[in-house]
Amino acid sequence: MPKDHGIGAPSKRREDIRFLTGRGVYTDDITVHGQAAAVFVRSTVAHGRIKSINTAKAAAMPGVLAVFTGEDFKDVGGNPAGWLIKSRNGEPMREPKRPVLAHGKVRHVGDAYAAVVAETYAQAKDAAQQLADDSVIEELPAIIDMAAALANSSNRVHDEIPDNQCYDWGWIEDNRAKVDAAIKAAPHVTTLELVNNRLVPNAMEPRASIGEYFPGTGDYKLTTTSQNPHLTRLLVAAFVLGIPENKLTVVAPDVGGGFGSKIYHYGEEALVLAAAKKLHRPVKWTAERSESFLSDAHGRDHVTKIELACEKDGTFIAFRTETMANVGAYLSNFSTVTPTFLHGTLMAGPYKVPNVYVNVKTVFTNTAPVDAYRGAGRPEATYSLERVIDKMCRELGLDPFEVRRKNFITTDMFPYTTPVALAYDTGNDPATLDTVMQIADVAGFEKRAAASKAKGKLRGMGLSTWIEACGIAPSHLVGILGARVGLYDAATVRVNATGNISVMVGAHSHGQGHETVFPQIVASKLGVPESSVEIVHGDTSKIPFGMGSYGSRSLAVCGVAMDKALDKIVAKGKKIAAHMLEASESDITFADGRFSVAGTDKAKTFGEIAFSAYVPHNYPLETLEPGLEETAFYDPANFTYPAGAYLCEVEVDEGTGKVDVVAFHCADDFGNIMNPMIVEGQVHGGVGQGIGQALCEFTTYDETGQLLTGSYMDYPMPRAEDVPFYNVDYSCQTPCTHNPLGVKGCGEAGAIGSPPAVVNAVIDALQRGGHKHVTHIDMPVSPSRVWSAING
Amino acid sequence: MHNFDFVKPATIADAAKALAGDGAQALSGGQTLIPTMKQRLAAPGVLVSLTGIAEMQGVCMGDGGLHIGAATPHAVVAREAAKHYPALAALAGGIGDPAVRSRGTIGGSIANNDPAACYPSAVLASGATVVTNKRKIAADDYFQGLFTTALEEGEFIIEVVFPIPAKAAYVKFNQPASRFALTGVFVAKFANGVRVGVTGAGNDGVFRWSDAEKALSADFSAGAIAGLKVDPAGMNTDLHGSAAYRANLVKVLTQRAVSAA
Amino acid sequence: MTKVSMTVNGKSVSGEVEGRTLLSAFLREGLGLTGTHVGCDTSQCGACVVHVDGKPVKSCTVFAADVAGASVKTIEGMANPDGSLGVIQQAFQDHHGLQCGFCTPGMVMSAAALLAENPKPSEHDVRHYLDGNICRCTGYHNIVKAVLAASGQSVPAE
Repeated sequence: MPKDHGIGAPSKRREDIRFLTGRGVYTDDITVHGQAAAVFVRSTVAHGRIKSINTAKAAAMPGVLAVFTGEDFKDVGGNPAGWLIKSRNGEPMREPKRPVLAHGKVRHVGDAYAAVVAETYAQAKDAAQQLADDSVIEELPAIIDMAAALANSSNRVHDEIPDNQCYDWGWIEDNRAKVDAAIKAAPHVTTLELVNNRLVPNAMEPRASIGEYFPGTGDYKLTTTSQNPHLTRLLVAAFVLGIPENKLTVVAPDVGGGFGSKIYHYGEEALVLAAAKKLHRPVKWTAERSESFLSDAHGRDHVTKIELACEKDGTFIAFRTETMANVGAYLSNFSTVTPTFLHGTLMAGPYKVPNVYVNVKTVFTNTAPVDAYRGAGRPEATYSLERVIDKMCRELGLDPFEVRRKNFITTDMFPYTTPVALAYDTGNDPATLDTVMQIADVAGFEKRAAASKAKGKLRGMGLSTWIEACGIAPSHLVGILGARVGLYDAATVRVNATGNISVMVGAHSHGQGHETVFPQIVASKLGVPESSVEIVHGDTSKIPFGMGSYGSRSLAVCGVAMDKALDKIVAKGKKIAAHMLEASESDITFADGRFSVAGTDKAKTFGEIAFSAYVPHNYPLETLEPGLEETAFYDPANFTYPAGAYLCEVEVDEGTGKVDVVAFHCADDFGNIMNPMIVEGQVHGGVGQGIGQALCEFTTYDETGQLLTGSYMDYPMPRAEDVPFYNVDYSCQTPCTHNPLGVKGCGEAGAIGSPPAVVNAVIDALQRGGHKHVTHIDMPVSPSRVWSAING
Repeated sequence: MHNFDFVKPATIADAAKALAGDGAQALSGGQTLIPTMKQRLAAPGVLVSLTGIAEMQGVCMGDGGLHIGAATPHAVVAREAAKHYPALAALAGGIGDPAVRSRGTIGGSIANNDPAACYPSAVLASGATVVTNKRKIAADDYFQGLFTTALEEGEFIIEVVFPIPAKAAYVKFNQPASRFALTGVFVAKFANGVRVGVTGAGNDGVFRWSDAEKALSADFSAGAIAGLKVDPAGMNTDLHGSAAYRANLVKVLTQRAVSAA
Repeated sequence: MTKVSMTVNGKSVSGEVEGRTLLSAFLREGLGLTGTHVGCDTSQCGACVVHVDGKPVKSCTVFAADVAGASVKTIEGMANPDGSLGVIQQAFQDHHGLQCGFCTPGMVMSAAALLAENPKPSEHDVRHYLDGNICRCTGYHNIVKAVLAASGQSVPAE
């Protein structure tokens, strides 16, 4: 029987009602009285020196209220990187200032170097064009190719960084010699050079921000498209504009998807606040999609060489990777951790491989900043591993299912510490593999392949078994690794006098369904109806603190904080019950929404306790405070480790090279499940994005740094026709051992596990079709690339 | 977008008058022109909507074949041409997406002559006649290269007249982002021969593949062109496919269109 | 500026527009109907789809002045008269056919147009019809399920 209430129930989403009736309130839907419009002037060259900006004409145009250039912000702080990474030689990473508006130089096409605020958007747009016409920017040679950037010391993205390198990171450096020796001595080594294609996140809601300033109090308000309003407040306040944190409220209202790109603070947010202060008027900016392509943080963009050393029977001996990671022109907030600790630490996969070494050189180029995008580092690790394993199996004539099974960490080995320093707490990889083989009917593949052949198509099957680290997570650990913030989360549970409940959470929902799922947990824990619980999120003036939503951490970190606050509510309730029932606190039990005296029929309902807490006529005030509101901060002991096995089947049309994903099966281990409907939806979305990366999406800058894929005319977004129904199974559940909900996180799994499954399937199809020379095709495995590989 | 004056005449005569003015530009469904104007790549002073002219709407059989009013949206062609010229109706039903098909028109498409648009291949392969407010233009004379046509200043399309072939089919291979034709091939078999119109592939816009026409006129089967090769030298290369890839598509899609016809 | 009048969700409305005022801007800024979203500037994402005289159109790619006198329906007009969710809206909620909600208004309007044309679409019909509506959250799975369910057909058990 499906549950219809509380934890584990497929509760329908309450937030859907407003979204389905057009009553959601996204940032651009808000019009503040007296609002002016901001438009940014963006560089049309990838690299250039700003010689002059003549603002006079633009400033005199109709409706123009103010013009800003980099000069106006040269004395305020830069937008910092959140993690300090150290190079192999112990030197700290190179960390150039990221200004609100470019000053001195522009460093990528789309780099904003000026802004206009006017009465209307059209007027601001006209004046921005004038300002662009009146700017003299001396174009410099663009630095686009990573290898060339590292080799070139005369042409620099940042004048003070001679080799355009941010850092040269080794993980773990102490492993290096041992790994080199193991590979040298190994009976078989498979080498694969691959590209993890650069992606544009493309949340469907373009970024937007409204700045307000209240001269009467000196308060500021920023309404913005953020996954992470507290971080934005911290960065704007403490680092960029120097506004006291208690004078700045950041509100992230309904947000139309993020996928990483809205974690970060962007210069546009600081600009609208500064402009609001200057003009004493609200100032709004909304990106056009073409601006989003140029200025949102992009994702992925690794060039990797991976070597897999093994015995002839496929037993893994060592993995070694060398990666160049593109960070773009500036360090976005999470950009330095994504290719390192979110990537290198996962390079053992779910395997008991004894030797792993990862080297990452992160490179500045004249392209948009690159940062975490759904999965963030973990898809790159998984793709490298699962592709090279597949290639090895083919070289040695081994069964890809059995090779993985042979190398899995077995259930008796947990907790298991990998050679790249993660301590997996639990898992059952053989079980997810068995499950996916069963739900995908692997045994029936040949029959399906024959049916495809009869239609003139080549069919192939591809496997990926993956693990990721979520929760992003224990402050003590991330602090050692270079994080400049703690990565706990917080929640306040406020029980109102009439018994209904407001929960203020630090996580931010921009599609994940927190407004529905978090009340399910409250309902189960307190024995109250879900409908009596309301979630408050996305407003720094209402919630205690928060680190926002990314890294599949909302439930695993913030959900647990809420659970801890609920424990405190129950404890306080017991005190109140003991007083009301004239019993000892230790004799009070709480179950199904009732506080009872053990062994008696004396009891008070949760509602009675709540009411009493606010009408404390006879409370012993020295031992019992009125009120029923509790806050908890939760800092996890470890990351969580979702894992799974994905299997993809494709059909390839040899005539055109077109690949159709005809089946996609997922067997996931997410630990305990709070709402299966939402879990499935998260996997669907992740797999859809993974298929997008594998089959169609790519981002191309030409040698002069122009973005050639700058709109939906050239950037292929997956459409409904490009994907099949997905088959999602989450019956393998090994609950997380170190959080009380037993949850691991499910937001990124689909995007992490799916790309190698798709590409492995395509290679399999081509191999079965006799195209034996095709052992690898870089993503996206587009029709023209497949056709070229076949005919090349 | 720059501002402009908007006018919506109700007759061809009034439209001609409005379009004779300085800085005037015709607007049909706007599905290409409006995005172009948003990018400020087009900035007409006066925009003359042609969608309010009753004489330029509709699909009917008449002299010379199927008459399609220039301002007829793709969705209407898809529906109303189906019983007269199914291949053409199918082409119209595959342009863009449903919302684009509600607004976009045949006249707008062939006046713009985007090298990746679908309609030009059908007009060319059908040997259609483009009827303007001034004259009749044979398809073979009408298309003159990328975004270039025989239309003169102030001239606009009233209708297109399609002779109806005995057999025909259009096969399109989508550019994965825009969903325009990376390559599209329209094959039409008439009593006096076969015409093959190719869009999306050529580096000078829509063209007829005459070698295939000859071979198919002799033997209307996919096998008849198995030995032919398309010279990549005349093909376009872009992010989504090389000239060699497009040359391959031209042949593969022609064969598939012949089989489907 | 010229005055345009049209019917929106059954009500007569009018307002001052420039030649360049797009229908999407007229709805959002002129009438405060912010359920219609703008997700791109190349007429592809479909978040702005509304019905004009019963046909789906991208409201960001039609001038308000060009649809003067027309009958326009937006997401705000899709609920039942009593305010409860209409059949398609309810199917989207029942089948978790939305996550962030930004593409949703356009999806619902396109789905409604599809079912008006083709009351019993196949899975392929649904996917093909939604070609002009981009969703980044759902991988389309539950959207397709919702549309099939709204047509009264069975949907995959999963």
